[in-house]
Amino acid sequence: MSEDPGVATAGSATASGIASAQQPTLEDALALGLTHAEYELVCEKQGGAPNQVELAMYSLLWSEHCAYKHSKKLLRTLPTEGSYVVMGPGENAGAVDVGNGQVCAFKVESHNHPSAVEPFQGAATGVGGILRDIFAIGARPIAVLDSLRFGEVGGDRDARARYLLDGAVQGIGHYGNSIGVPTIGGEVYFEGPYEQNCLVNAMALGLGEREKLVRSAAAGPGNTLVLFGARTGRDGIGGASVLASAELGEAGSDEDKRPTVQVGDPFEEKKLLECSLELLERGLIVALQDLGAAGLTSSAAEMASKGEVGIDLDVAMIPLREPDMEPFEVMVSESQERMLCVVEPANVDAVRALCEKWEVNSAAIGTVTESGRMRVFDGAELVGDMPVRALVDDCPLYDLKPEKPAAPIYAPPAATLAKDAGPREALLALLRSPNIASRRPLFEQYDAIVQSRTVRRPEQADAAVLAIDPSPAGGEDRDASVPGEGRPIPGLAVSIDCNGRRVAADPYRGTIEAALECAANLACVGAEPLGTTNNLNFGNPEKAHIAWQLTESVRGLGDACRALEAPIVGGNVSLYNEGATAGPIYPTPVVGMVGRLPDVRRAGRLGFARTGDAVALVGPFVPSLAASELAKLWGEPLPDGLPELALDAVVEAQAAVREAVRAGELTSAHDIAEGGLAVALAECCLERGLGAEIEVDRPAWEASLFGEGPGGFVVSGGEDALRALGERTPVRTIGAVGGDALRISLPAEATLSTTLTELKDAHGALAELFG
Amino acid sequence: MRARVLIRPKAGILDPQGEAVQRALPALGFAGVTNVHVGRLVELDVEDPAQLESMCERLLANPLVEDYEIVLAG
Amino acid sequence: MKFGVLRFPGSCDEVDALGAARRVADAELLWHGDRDLKGADAIVVPGGFSYGDYLRAGAIARFAPVMESVIDFAEDGGLVLGICNGFQVLCEARLLPGALLGNANRRFTFRQVGLEVLNSGGSFTQGCALGQRLSIPAKHSWGRYHAEEETLAAMDRAGQIVLRYADGENFNGSVHEIAGVSNERGNVFGLMPHPEHAVDELTGGSTDGLKIFESMRLTVEGAHV
Repeated sequence: MSEDPGVATAGSATASGIASAQQPTLEDALALGLTHAEYELVCEKQGGAPNQVELAMYSLLWSEHCAYKHSKKLLRTLPTEGSYVVMGPGENAGAVDVGNGQVCAFKVESHNHPSAVEPFQGAATGVGGILRDIFAIGARPIAVLDSLRFGEVGGDRDARARYLLDGAVQGIGHYGNSIGVPTIGGEVYFEGPYEQNCLVNAMALGLGEREKLVRSAAAGPGNTLVLFGARTGRDGIGGASVLASAELGEAGSDEDKRPTVQVGDPFEEKKLLECSLELLERGLIVALQDLGAAGLTSSAAEMASKGEVGIDLDVAMIPLREPDMEPFEVMVSESQERMLCVVEPANVDAVRALCEKWEVNSAAIGTVTESGRMRVFDGAELVGDMPVRALVDDCPLYDLKPEKPAAPIYAPPAATLAKDAGPREALLALLRSPNIASRRPLFEQYDAIVQSRTVRRPEQADAAVLAIDPSPAGGEDRDASVPGEGRPIPGLAVSIDCNGRRVAADPYRGTIEAALECAANLACVGAEPLGTTNNLNFGNPEKAHIAWQLTESVRGLGDACRALEAPIVGGNVSLYNEGATAGPIYPTPVVGMVGRLPDVRRAGRLGFARTGDAVALVGPFVPSLAASELAKLWGEPLPDGLPELALDAVVEAQAAVREAVRAGELTSAHDIAEGGLAVALAECCLERGLGAEIEVDRPAWEASLFGEGPGGFVVSGGEDALRALGERTPVRTIGAVGGDALRISLPAEATLSTTLTELKDAHGALAELFG
Repeated sequence: MRARVLIRPKAGILDPQGEAVQRALPALGFAGVTNVHVGRLVELDVEDPAQLESMCERLLANPLVEDYEIVLAG
Repeated sequence: MKFGVLRFPGSCDEVDALGAARRVADAELLWHGDRDLKGADAIVVPGGFSYGDYLRAGAIARFAPVMESVIDFAEDGGLVLGICNGFQVLCEARLLPGALLGNANRRFTFRQVGLEVLNSGGSFTQGCALGQRLSIPAKHSWGRYHAEEETLAAMDRAGQIVLRYADGENFNGSVHEIAGVSNERGNVFGLMPHPEHAVDELTGGSTDGLKIFESMRLTVEGAHV
């Protein structure tokens, strides 16, 4: 962070009457990311020029990352209410009711810019941050998912993409595995526009009791603020405004940004987690907030704002890791693994004793007041004095000025498959392609089973499935082998999805598709959506075409969530994801959706399992090559718009599949996504190693085999089951399960025939990225 | 007194980290590098340097699979 | 019968081990700072990242107060099971021979692995048949078992090599595909794969892990007869 004192006037006092040897100027404010107008507004709120501490705090709280200046108005249009919603947007995490007095808390967040600078720590601390948001509301974290985007791999110049991928996966694994939270799902895409601006989004789920959820509003003037967790150092100083809201420059300049990277310690967080949950269990704290972007500044200010109170804080009381830290450094430090709580004075000793038991540092650092002001002291000396409203609520919000781009923004991808390649070659090329190949080399680096809830591991089904209760009740053996007998075992399902290239082709429809993809994945395991979280990853919203992408995308997200009855319970926005030379990322509204299923013994699986089962194509599926993976392999430019989709018919198809899976009527169910029908069939053969004989009688094999779009499923089962399903939604039997090959007969073409071995070899292409 | 303890894998035991580093260096343009091993460094201020050996045997190193070297800074 | 499952700062799979143990007998968590084993008939040292794997996996946990009691308990013939990080702790404490090193592939790896029972007469595997194949999940980054050749030969003669990875299943590079070993007396057993995660078809892919807890119960109850 630049520290240019400008014209220092020794002994000058600021409007708050605080003498300051270094009086920051407008130039400092601009260097910290404020606009001229914003700086003027700050001066007005302060009644004069802010001092160093005050300017540092305003610059962070008024940054895009903290204040959502360009997105807040748009986010207010999203649906946030529903019968299952217990906690909506605005708290540390959202929560939905899952029955039995329990709630599932969940949220997704991004750590894009730090990961581009240092992928291991960026991804690790991203996981750490989202986990803290979950236990900050009193829920125990039970799962993590990750959503990643990097530049193309497999070509000549993919060293950087491979480096970022490897670092991010190791970082996520390191943090999640060490803290004992399973990483149960995720997605990764490789596209040119992410080369300079990778995306690392982390989602977490937790379980808590409805009556015991904790909010973050500070309350009770006279109550004590206790900071607990790791010591405070210089990690990430200025990270929020310098990194997150600025466009990244050339690769070489990242060296300068390294000192501001936060370093995570999952062992510290494990202790912090147990300590926090025990503090809540014992009823010792009034409010709880984790320290994330902008550290103590944002946590304290937001707690005060929600509670409509003031806070007096003394930086001299804060346990430090580095000597000689200045007050503003302490206030903006992003050292990880720290929490802030509000405690009644009588309980402070008990709180500190519990922290000591868990070997976690703690200190009483301040008091809740009635002043409505945030006052920062350094011992007896007042070093910063700001109205809370000004810091948190009065940050200006901007209207976007959207304009559909007149010309394409994105270069077409490089062609890697000849247009005259036949269906067999196309299928193998798609299975081998980085966006489709098996993610096993990634997810084998994650512990997916700790906490003993995981019923469907990665690649077994379209969504991850967890049993809510990991242990049998009393001595009862919950392995009662026949579902339908014994007590059902309720569970949760979760999926995280977004195809940025399709959103780039059509921000409105592409975003609807992302939400439908999540819901389709949930349906395939028998789960009904309860709620949604989202991370909007976009370029610079001050540019009209990006503003258009963002506006259209949020409109699509709202329409989809309303149609699915899966309201938004929280999320995150990451803007300015564009490089100086590289252009913007694909608009990437990552959607995470949580659902509930009544009996995990009936959780669906995606693979064929019984020779002789009929294979059917289900749903109002209208395959199109527009923005498909095959079109990408051919090197085609993005189309202008995606085909219309029949939203209601798709939602009905999902409901029909969900019910059939719940009733145990289908052997397998798999959503058709990237690569279309043929890729989905191959995946169904590979999951449990059974081939199939398929007949496709439509001409134009390119579209029928590899066309994409929402609303399509490949299911297998008995004829009766398929007939019943056909009463609710289109069902067309296309073949039968059996053998050790996938054979698809086509009109006017040689039969597409591949052995399971050939499919497996192609599908294993990503292994070579992790030498 | 400032002491440094250098801990390295015993000769003959597979050192995959060392091998990975040895493989990576030529790709960066450094030739002629062999016999790379990756270990650990523990630095400490001690009042009685005579205790260091015992510290190494009991905690700082695992003598079954690691060699250690004590360097006194004086 | 009661199992005592240790809990260190950073333990992760202790709750899972508790749940598994409770399927065959009573079980209780034992805090690392407390020397009292609370009358446990058998001890489980669980998986996870005790003390963050700082310095070396298990290097610091081995000195915990509760471990002093566990060492005495083992020397008196009590049954001690070490799983993953627990195996590492027992090697560091010299209750088991050898050491665990970083995986040959340098990565944390999670995979359901096939194991072969090489010694089915012992306290931890009497519920298994000789040569039986068990399907149990493994998840670790420091699981490569190492011991000197003379030590291995002696262990082999004494029947201390209890489990090996089936052909093609050894992803960490353990010498002689060793997955689990016991001490000479046979009352202390360590393995890298996680039997507590294979006690339920629904979440574990098999119930083979239950056989180890069952075997321990049979041993303890047999000893009381």
